[in-house]
Amino acid sequence: MRDRVAQLRQHSVETRPFISAERARLLTEFYAANDGKYSVPVMRALAFKYLCGHKTIYIGESELIVGERGPEPLATPTFPELTCHSLEDLEILDSREKTSYGVSPEVIEAYNETVIPYWRGRSIRERAFQLLPPEWHDAYEAGIFTEFMEQRAPGHTVADGKIYKKGLLEFKEEIAATIVDLDFIDDPEAYDKREQLTAMDIAADSLIFLAQRHAEMARQLAEVELDEGRKAELHRIARNCERVPAHAPTDFWEALQAYWFYHLGVITELNGWDSFNPGHLDQHLEPFYVKGLDDGSIDREDAKELLECFWVKFNNHPAPPKVGVTAAESGTYTDFANINLGGLKRDGTDGVNEVSYLLLEVIDEMHILQPSNNIQLSRKTPDRFLKAAAKVIRNGYGFPSVFNADSVVEELLRQGKTVEDAREGGTSGCVETGAFGKEAYILTGYFNLVKIFEVTLNNGWDPRTGKQLGPETGDADDFESIEELFEAWRTQVHHFVDIKLRGNHVFDRLYATAAPAPLLSLITDDCIRKGKDYNDGGARYNTSYIQGVGTGTLTDSLAAIQHLVFDQRSLSMKELLEALDSDFEDQEKLRQLLVNKPPKYGNDDDAADDLMVACFEAFYEAVEGRPNARGGEYHINMLPTTCHIYFGSVIGATPDGRHASQPLSEGISPVQGSDRHGPTAVFKSAAKMDHIKTGGTLLNMKFTPHLLAGDDGIDNLSSLIRGYFKMDSHHVQFNVVTADALREAQARPDEHRHLIVRVAGYSDYFCDLSQALQDEIIARTEHEGF
Amino acid sequence: MTTGVVFNIQRFAVHDGPGIRTTVFLKGCALGCPWCHNPESRPFGPVLSILPERCVVCDACIEVCPPGLARPPGADSTIYGTDPKRCLRCGACAEACPSGARTLVGRASTVDSLMFDLDKDRIFYDESGGGVTFSGGEPVTPGRNVEFLLAALAACRVRDYHTAVDTSGHAPRETLLAVAEVTDLFLYDLKLMDDELHRSWVGVGNRLILENLEALAATDTEIWVRVPLIPGVNDDERNLEATAAFVASLPKPCPIHLLPYHRIGGDKYRRLGESYPMDQVLPPSREHTGAIAAGFRSYGLEVKIGG
Repeated sequence: MRDRVAQLRQHSVETRPFISAERARLLTEFYAANDGKYSVPVMRALAFKYLCGHKTIYIGESELIVGERGPEPLATPTFPELTCHSLEDLEILDSREKTSYGVSPEVIEAYNETVIPYWRGRSIRERAFQLLPPEWHDAYEAGIFTEFMEQRAPGHTVADGKIYKKGLLEFKEEIAATIVDLDFIDDPEAYDKREQLTAMDIAADSLIFLAQRHAEMARQLAEVELDEGRKAELHRIARNCERVPAHAPTDFWEALQAYWFYHLGVITELNGWDSFNPGHLDQHLEPFYVKGLDDGSIDREDAKELLECFWVKFNNHPAPPKVGVTAAESGTYTDFANINLGGLKRDGTDGVNEVSYLLLEVIDEMHILQPSNNIQLSRKTPDRFLKAAAKVIRNGYGFPSVFNADSVVEELLRQGKTVEDAREGGTSGCVETGAFGKEAYILTGYFNLVKIFEVTLNNGWDPRTGKQLGPETGDADDFESIEELFEAWRTQVHHFVDIKLRGNHVFDRLYATAAPAPLLSLITDDCIRKGKDYNDGGARYNTSYIQGVGTGTLTDSLAAIQHLVFDQRSLSMKELLEALDSDFEDQEKLRQLLVNKPPKYGNDDDAADDLMVACFEAFYEAVEGRPNARGGEYHINMLPTTCHIYFGSVIGATPDGRHASQPLSEGISPVQGSDRHGPTAVFKSAAKMDHIKTGGTLLNMKFTPHLLAGDDGIDNLSSLIRGYFKMDSHHVQFNVVTADALREAQARPDEHRHLIVRVAGYSDYFCDLSQALQDEIIARTEHEGF
Repeated sequence: MTTGVVFNIQRFAVHDGPGIRTTVFLKGCALGCPWCHNPESRPFGPVLSILPERCVVCDACIEVCPPGLARPPGADSTIYGTDPKRCLRCGACAEACPSGARTLVGRASTVDSLMFDLDKDRIFYDESGGGVTFSGGEPVTPGRNVEFLLAALAACRVRDYHTAVDTSGHAPRETLLAVAEVTDLFLYDLKLMDDELHRSWVGVGNRLILENLEALAATDTEIWVRVPLIPGVNDDERNLEATAAFVASLPKPCPIHLLPYHRIGGDKYRRLGESYPMDQVLPPSREHTGAIAAGFRSYGLEVKIGG
């Protein structure tokens, strides 16, 4: 790593993230002065233009890639038009133990005097909450589901290759041509389309202007720069910013800078989930890399330095912080930009190239929180690449995670994408499948399958909130078979999916009508052609997901009841329910029986795994194919991020022997500690789920380092992954760390601040995690033999 | 129907032959190596293992024990209850134990039921060039498990699984040769080259073991010679040189796998109610092991540290 990179990295890693009120202040100024003058899309575009024109421009001392969302690195803007922080929220952000954000008195003042008075009652969140029915609020407050769009805009989106092939001036020509072709007589939507297209045009100009402002600043800095080398770099930066994103990039450096401006624009316009993401970066950069080597304008080390400078930019941008309850609980700076390596090309050939290997080296050298990264492994991916990735995985930073590119393609085909669009797709966020540059695939919330099971055992009633949340599906005492219990649960699942969908439609329409995203739209096919916004069905594909949580806990709970209550008849349902009500008070013997005796998911035992499959299929049937409000369909994902902690906290004791309030199992991983037959058994169990019917599953495996030692260790890890993927599974990630090392880090956090662990679809600093999550990671089974 | 007494089926075994394997541990061994890390494997019948920390003192074991002997672990009881001689080894207490504190180690298995478990990881054998390893105890013991072993090896061969047999070599020659017919690899232990020392440490002489190795080396079956490095027992220069010279003189090249002594098995003795005879012995240093490996290599042998 060159000194420049080391310095930039150090600054990024050591600076405490802080809230910047600049965006909120500028946006409020603009809205206060202009609200009501324009159509909503044009208003949004002009607000974006105002931000691009007035935000503070920052060029760091030795930076090669320039542009910050805030006034400087780690400055984190807010989005009061979507969700407006209260003064109390800001205080919590500043004072909370984990992942805090510095909040200065100036920010408090701006919020108190300008931002809050204007946005109170106007934010999307407040408007949505008024429109949602009481049963939605009851289920939401009970912890049946979460709602993604109450604080952040629809996102999860990824760029494809078009931004490297044309500049914004060409996009503007397409917009102009589309406007010319509008039929203002026979197309009653022509007016709406023109407003939308005009907004995209303004957004394009705004981003070009933002780049121009960076060019000017670079030139001014160059004039006063004494060091000749840096002076030349600043002139080069100025030229880059004049060329891109107005024009298509012509070389490696410009290509990275071009992407970065689009990235900044997308995350300034709105705070979409999972930031923004260059997707198949290695494939996009390869032509520039090859050309640079050929004409001698770049060598391998220069390219790596540029990539490393680019890496730091992601890490400079923490996730926009939440408000309300989640302000205290939500604990990560990661914003989930998840870069894809390898995979397939549009024509179906192997996508690995020299830049892929270069990026693995970058990941290994940088080991910083952001960007997340993964390899897309297909049958065609060379073993050499898999093994190179396995060596990075072995180093224990939790990167890269591994996806089955063949399954990803099959999932997308099943959803109706063309085979080319599917191959150009990949995964973003945690594990979500999407057609890059052509799809709005919106995650709408986590769905607490275990809470619904608790409600089922209580005949539709929630013991925690004391409310009748679901239909009366029968007293658990009266069930005479596991099938009857299962049917009752299935009925409850349908009931709560209906409530969730009803709420989702409200959010869909609010974002479509009140918060369009013209910049994101103009780079997402086919928003220009349709004259429609990304948030209003403008994309070629418009998918919504609901994410099921608690697979392991739910399966083991059902298996315990089947085994002890219905098969052995050694325990009555009444006794079990009483023990659960009291959280196993004076019932440790029973709890131990529940923990140790019934079949458990994760051991390649059909007695448990068949129940997992039944639960999965029931959830799938409840959601699959139902319409969203953007002209697309719903599908399911099986992933929790860190929501299994929150979801566990709202549930009493469960029949698998889990104590009240403890975390649920995460992703499709087994209950912590219940997988006793090693990784191959976990893989076999997990693969019994039909992953192809999902848009992503998350499996977390933890290994202690010594079993990965040597070439044999790399071979075995590679074979494990290939074996799991041969069974059409979706994703696996590895924590390579010992439990003792984690305990040590827990005891002395100051000495282990840099310890990164894979949490649930992303990597995070171990010491930043809540005690509960730390404990859980420690407790996860260390596989025998490792 | 042929049955064998299996005490563990270990999936994702990566130190018992090439690739990702399932290792089947069969009970019973005539040798008495004090460094054995599978002491529960020695008797041919089932044994009880108790983890006192897990006991929740719920009396479930007392309630179910047919002769009424079982007691929670403590000063007034052995592993096998108040009168060990009358324990039936029936496992009722382990079955009833809610916390997993009690385990009955060793269960009769048919070849079919064993193959059901071995088939589970077929996909990983295929991907990794792995397969199935039979270990123990001593799997090649006539009159005990060897019929079962031969039947299981034949069933693996039908499925095209790579197989390995981990043996002490202390078995009749014709039995070992019969096993060689249906297995791809022997993991063959060589502990001590001196007959008397061998007898004094493990209870039997080594002549049969050495002659058997020579005989097996004349067959087509591959052999990896495994040398446990036990400090103070067999890690002296004289023994190691004799071992190297012997392996180098075999009719075909056999790689050497040095297995440095470790104490991971030590806790098992406690759970069996036995004391661990090598409690005070420390694992050999990395440097010492490296030097020993170099010594073997000087005989032109292929050497690997670890299984």
